[in-house]
Amino acid sequence: MKHIVTLDTRNVSAKDGGCGECQTSCIANQSCEH
Amino acid sequence: MIHQYKLNGYNIILDVYSASVHVTDDVAYDAIAMLDEKKDRDEIRKTLLERYRDRGVTDQDIDDTFSDIDELIGEGKLFAEDVFADKAFDLKAKSNVVKALCLLVAHTCNLNCSYCFASQGKFHGNQGLMSFETGKRALDFLVENSGLRRNLEVDFFGGEPLMNFQVCKDLVAYARSIEKEKNKNFRFTLTTNGVGLTDEVIEWANKECYNVVLSLDGRKEVNDRFRVDKAGHGSYDRIVPNFQKLVKARTNGTYYMRGTFTHYNTDFTKDIFHMADDLGFTELSMEPVVTDPKNPSALTEEDLPIIKEQYEILAKDMLRREEEGHPITFYHYMINLEHGPCIYKRISGCGSGTEYMAVTAWGDLYPCHQFVGDENYKLGNIWDGVTNTALRDEFKLCNVYSRPDCANCWAKLYCAGGCAANALHATGDIHGTYEYGCEVFKKRIECAIMIKVAEAKRQAQKAKE
Repeated sequence: MKHIVTLDTRNVSAKDGGCGECQTSCIANQSCEH
Repeated sequence: MIHQYKLNGYNIILDVYSASVHVTDDVAYDAIAMLDEKKDRDEIRKTLLERYRDRGVTDQDIDDTFSDIDELIGEGKLFAEDVFADKAFDLKAKSNVVKALCLLVAHTCNLNCSYCFASQGKFHGNQGLMSFETGKRALDFLVENSGLRRNLEVDFFGGEPLMNFQVCKDLVAYARSIEKEKNKNFRFTLTTNGVGLTDEVIEWANKECYNVVLSLDGRKEVNDRFRVDKAGHGSYDRIVPNFQKLVKARTNGTYYMRGTFTHYNTDFTKDIFHMADDLGFTELSMEPVVTDPKNPSALTEEDLPIIKEQYEILAKDMLRREEEGHPITFYHYMINLEHGPCIYKRISGCGSGTEYMAVTAWGDLYPCHQFVGDENYKLGNIWDGVTNTALRDEFKLCNVYSRPDCANCWAKLYCAGGCAANALHATGDIHGTYEYGCEVFKKRIECAIMIKVAEAKRQAQKAKE
């Protein structure tokens, strides 16, 4: 029996320094657009 | 670092540095808590067998639990180490690319909302409208300083930007005329109080604006308490039909109904549900007012538990609506666990003062719209560029790892250290933390993750059936 279920979460597709193509948030509610 | 909490019947564990989300039974929940306290495994076993004897928990169950835990630790999904701190200190070397501008096209407004941080668009200064020439130069400045970034964002803001609609329209036309040659993709957004939403504006906004932010505080009596015209008349009856017309005609792009809640409506879920159920809006955002603590509308310490409870009510109700087939979106509960922001964004935040700046009607540059009017925070102008490079460097280093208060906070890679302007207003330092905002933020993240957990459980159940 599994006592722990882990949601499928994503790990760092970010280019060095971040690619910066995602929307300026104005963070947690953003998605990566790389 | 981990964060454990129980909400809506779920035992949830967030592993901070791997961003993993775990849902556990009670035994595993307690075991992980005790491991986090560095307790010995034999001691943990003894405690759990005693605590859960009535439920028939056996030695084998404890072995299985430890096995699950060790598997996750081995995969780097539990008690993961912080491998990101070094990246924060690389940010000073970051290029001076600019990718987003907030254009204050109108330093004036046709409403007179008493809680307005921009003092009705005047930003504690003079009234004025941005000329096309100044706006055009701002767009050229953005293109010239955007490096290889393709997506460029421009928000029409104020004051009330629609008081300068012709310039907004002409600036979009100019941007469209150069974007192919410059290999750029301009994404325009409009933030409006709705008074000036004519049929022509609606058609333009729905064609050209990637996102529109529509200011409405919810119920009529709530909205009309603060959002009044110069004669003191409430705006609700004028703006709601305009917003409904825009949303009905909007087939491309996003919109958000953007409300502000204050000490006078800490029952703000009623405002959200009013906008959803009575007015037909599905994309909703409701923000806590940020104002001088002496202002009667300011949120108080006594309000905090009420606000937290409201966020829980909202999360549970959203799950109900989703189950019944008529979901709503709440901006702060949109969390993308599978494809969220990269670590650089999580550390550096919104980019204010570096890749995001506000431009006044006269072409001056500030770190963002909330700093406008404070001469200490003037970065330069759109003709000479950033001349106060020391200030820009300070903002480059303004990140979650530069804030001592954030060091042991589980939410730091979700908020990136929070808003520099809020920190300045609350503590007098852009590297400070606005603690009240932190408390509200953490509650929202807990609720957002709980919704994801509930959705995953629901999907797993449906797959089983």
